[in-house]
Amino acid sequence: MYAFTYHRPTTVRQAVNLLAKNSEAKLLAGGHSLIPVMKLRLGSPGALIDMNKIEGLSGIELKGRSLVIGAMTRHGEVATSQVVKEALPALADLAGMIGDPAVRHRGTIGGAIAHNDPSADYPAAVLGLGATIITSKRRIEADEFFKGMFETALEPDEIITKVSFPLAKKAAYQKFKQPASGFALVGVFVSKRGADIRVAVTGAGASGAFRVTAFEEALKKRFSPKSIEGMTVPATGLNGDIHGSAEYRAHLIAVLARRALAAA
Amino acid sequence: MSATGIGAAVRRKEDLRFITGKGQYTDDISRPGETRAVFLRSPHAHAKIKRVDTKAAAAMPGVIAVLTGADLAQDKIGNLICGWMIHSKDGSPMKMAPHPAIAANKVCCVGDQVAVVIAETLAEGKDAAEKIKVDYEVLPAVVDAAKAQSAPAIHESAPKNTIYQWHLGDAKAVDAAIKSAKHVTRLDIVNNRLVPNAMEPRVAIAEYDSGTDNLTLWNTTQNPHVARLVISAFVGMAPEHKLRVIAPDVGGGFGSKIFIYPEEVVCLWAARLVGRPVKWTSDRSEAFVADAHGRDHITHAEMAFGEGGKITAIKVKTIANLGAYMSTFSSSVPTYLYATLLSGQYDIPAIYCEVDAVYTNTAPVDAYRGAGRPEATFVVERLVEVGAREEGMDPAELRRKNFIKTFPHQTPVIMNYDAGDYGASLKKALDLADVKGFDKRKRESERAGKLRGLGYSSYIEACGIAPSQAVGSLGCGVGLWESAEVRVNPTGSVEVLTGSHSHGQGHETTFAQLVSERLSIPIENVSVVHGDTDKVQFGMGTYGSRSGAVGMSAVVKALDKVEAKAKKVAAYMMEAAEGDIVFKDGKFTVAGTDKSVAWGDVTLNAYIAHKFAGSQLEPGLKEGAFYDPTNFTFPAGCHICEVEIDPETGNTEIVGWTAVDDFGTVVNPMIVEGQVHGGVAQGIGQALLESAIYNAEGQLVSGSFMDYTMPRAENLPSLKVDTTMTKCPSNPLGIKGCGEAGAIAAPAAVVNAITDAIGSEDLAMPATPPAVWAAIRKAAKMQKAA
Repeated sequence: MYAFTYHRPTTVRQAVNLLAKNSEAKLLAGGHSLIPVMKLRLGSPGALIDMNKIEGLSGIELKGRSLVIGAMTRHGEVATSQVVKEALPALADLAGMIGDPAVRHRGTIGGAIAHNDPSADYPAAVLGLGATIITSKRRIEADEFFKGMFETALEPDEIITKVSFPLAKKAAYQKFKQPASGFALVGVFVSKRGADIRVAVTGAGASGAFRVTAFEEALKKRFSPKSIEGMTVPATGLNGDIHGSAEYRAHLIAVLARRALAAA
Repeated sequence: MSATGIGAAVRRKEDLRFITGKGQYTDDISRPGETRAVFLRSPHAHAKIKRVDTKAAAAMPGVIAVLTGADLAQDKIGNLICGWMIHSKDGSPMKMAPHPAIAANKVCCVGDQVAVVIAETLAEGKDAAEKIKVDYEVLPAVVDAAKAQSAPAIHESAPKNTIYQWHLGDAKAVDAAIKSAKHVTRLDIVNNRLVPNAMEPRVAIAEYDSGTDNLTLWNTTQNPHVARLVISAFVGMAPEHKLRVIAPDVGGGFGSKIFIYPEEVVCLWAARLVGRPVKWTSDRSEAFVADAHGRDHITHAEMAFGEGGKITAIKVKTIANLGAYMSTFSSSVPTYLYATLLSGQYDIPAIYCEVDAVYTNTAPVDAYRGAGRPEATFVVERLVEVGAREEGMDPAELRRKNFIKTFPHQTPVIMNYDAGDYGASLKKALDLADVKGFDKRKRESERAGKLRGLGYSSYIEACGIAPSQAVGSLGCGVGLWESAEVRVNPTGSVEVLTGSHSHGQGHETTFAQLVSERLSIPIENVSVVHGDTDKVQFGMGTYGSRSGAVGMSAVVKALDKVEAKAKKVAAYMMEAAEGDIVFKDGKFTVAGTDKSVAWGDVTLNAYIAHKFAGSQLEPGLKEGAFYDPTNFTFPAGCHICEVEIDPETGNTEIVGWTAVDDFGTVVNPMIVEGQVHGGVAQGIGQALLESAIYNAEGQLVSGSFMDYTMPRAENLPSLKVDTTMTKCPSNPLGIKGCGEAGAIAAPAAVVNAITDAIGSEDLAMPATPPAVWAAIRKAAKMQKAA
């Protein structure tokens, strides 16, 4: 690990100011993606801005027809929250599948979404539920947020404070793990909220999480695995690596989508 | 059987310190004035080193020295060696290329050492290493064993990258048998390359005492005396009596800590140069590229069958990838530890095996849990299983028909099996695995949309390595006996010094069990000392499941001598004839009388010596012994694996595992069961999960735990573990050894089960979900086309 300056602001405003002043700075939330990269000397941010002492960034709240989760809420809290389990059980399930217990006790929803790892689980839920990302500046719709692998719509001095998930009538997440890392080789999140039907995929896309509009269209008639029986996803634009070819990932998307629909 | 004697499930004495964090591993040790070594490693698989500029690095804060291959050569530090000579078919010796501890002219694999920084702290060392400038001329790399012989030579001394072209057996007899066979089963097999990944990475601390001219090395080694011998006699670091090697608690080895590595040589050399202790601790990323890997064979194998499924011959051609350099025992693994086991448990009249060993631009490959025997078992047990399927025979029945039933049995490939009952372990395994109920379970799986399969592995291994004369005649540079010393204290407690080394096997318990039973003393009164060349005179270390069969046999010999001496002492004490003394239940009795003295009385008298008549009896009670086995031992058994496969994803779940092993005498059934569990986990790892994958440029793509899949608890079923027993007639305790069995048996059982489930033999390890899915699709397409 290289030397860096460590900052520990106590308000979002302080954090934003630090971020604005220091173009080399990185936000430290759970640290489970950032710290290993630094330890391997693959990343060397000049400064870290630790978010852990900022009050009010953590917590789960049901607000009308939305579940609002603070950016610093740990995966473990989401996975075990009675509120989440009742309002959006698919989201609790997903959070419970992230990493291992150590990761779930440190990793945060805001950190995971801002990092936008193409194999992370949360982007599938954000996209698959049509969530809204609330930042220090504005509200960003899920469909506008993810901009490709490790890229988001966040501006350099913008910080996620909350994520608001609309409650779905039906939702489920199916994950097929990359066996070594435990990340999603393919993860598929499906949901139905009135006429809004979403099928979002993580792990497979060469530019991050994406929606399968062909499946969504087919599901408008009936939200059931039968509606997409025999349908496939083209392998072009999908990841292929030692853990699975693009063809295999394409195949898994259809399998997992059907299973998610059956489970929803 | 006493409560702490042989056969008792005694809790491991060493576990108190291990599970309470009191273990003392090499990295836990710090020496006063210690410096840290950081290696700069090659990022290229194959390149000429045109220039190494250390100036900027040397000027960095905290840097004590920056050393290169040129410095090493100037100091005349010798190359690392491979200690087992193999001759090619044409009689020529193997082509051992120079292996300097720091590369001087060229690098031959990613991770090759190019320079070392000795610094005050690890961070300063790492910062400085980044400032070393190396001019490389990158050369084309070859990583695949199948392409090595047509690629440009990596080492001048090895044309066509060929180390040797070796063979064993009778080619003519085999060809004749294949020609006249009723059926021939043919398979192309890849035995996947594995990274050992012991939990504790390798560590070396070297210290030089200029007052005495002594060098000390604390090292994560499975065989400290062999390390001292090689570093002294071949590398030329220091005379043997001026070099002490200490292997403290070692956290797993699996073979990878047998070998003499560049890093410890460099630490010793640097410690003398800088006049301060030098410590190197491998990080996990380094371990992936710098530890010797395992397996990596490409094989074509044929098995000939006569009437009624009788096996008449096996013919095998293997290309073994030994990596960039020949590691310490690498040459023996794909030859004498491999082809000699190709008879399996079967009476096969003719066997022929050819092995080409090749250099590639990959990490060196050497012994890894099982070493050659897993590869042999995989070949034999896949051939038998596929042969049975092709012949429409029950695979258990075909095995039974071909089992060796009388002993001793001379195979056509050197080994003389001394004892076994292969039918007994198969029968017990069939019962425990409820093979009769398999069809019903298969139907239930089918109803749930799943495929179910059953696979056997009736493995054999040659352990208790090994008779010195035998291995000497096969090219081994050392003898493979073991030593022991039994030191009895005046109060009757006992210290056992052994040349074996425990790095997880539990010797402190099992060796003490032997002494406790033999002398009828509490197990708490026995301590086991190992892993220090200043304490134990010499020893060959632990590998090849040898510590029980060879190491404990040496203890038995020493105990025999202790008992004989103690009887003399007792005879003096009781004024009786030595020949009349009987030792039983911890008491020395004059036969036919009620006169007796207790163990503690005798041990005390041995040291106070008041009652001895001058020169006729020496005081003291301490005896040493060297034991050289008369044969290998032959643990064998049957493992049955049952799998359920999700055909949509290709995911395999192991739903049943039965292991019935014949290890001969079992000293501690709990420890043996643990060894079986660990071995099976590693074998399942190889079959389903693990693979060291290099890309065409020679970069290790699966070079971290994010990409290299270690077996986890969730990958493993509950194991049914049981034993049968035929005692080993070749050593006094009847022990065969158990450390490697699981890793040897498991891969074939898993692959036999999966191929049974999917109805296709076209499947390589690791059988990952995408690989199984692709095999299912391919088989379906071929069926359609047919």
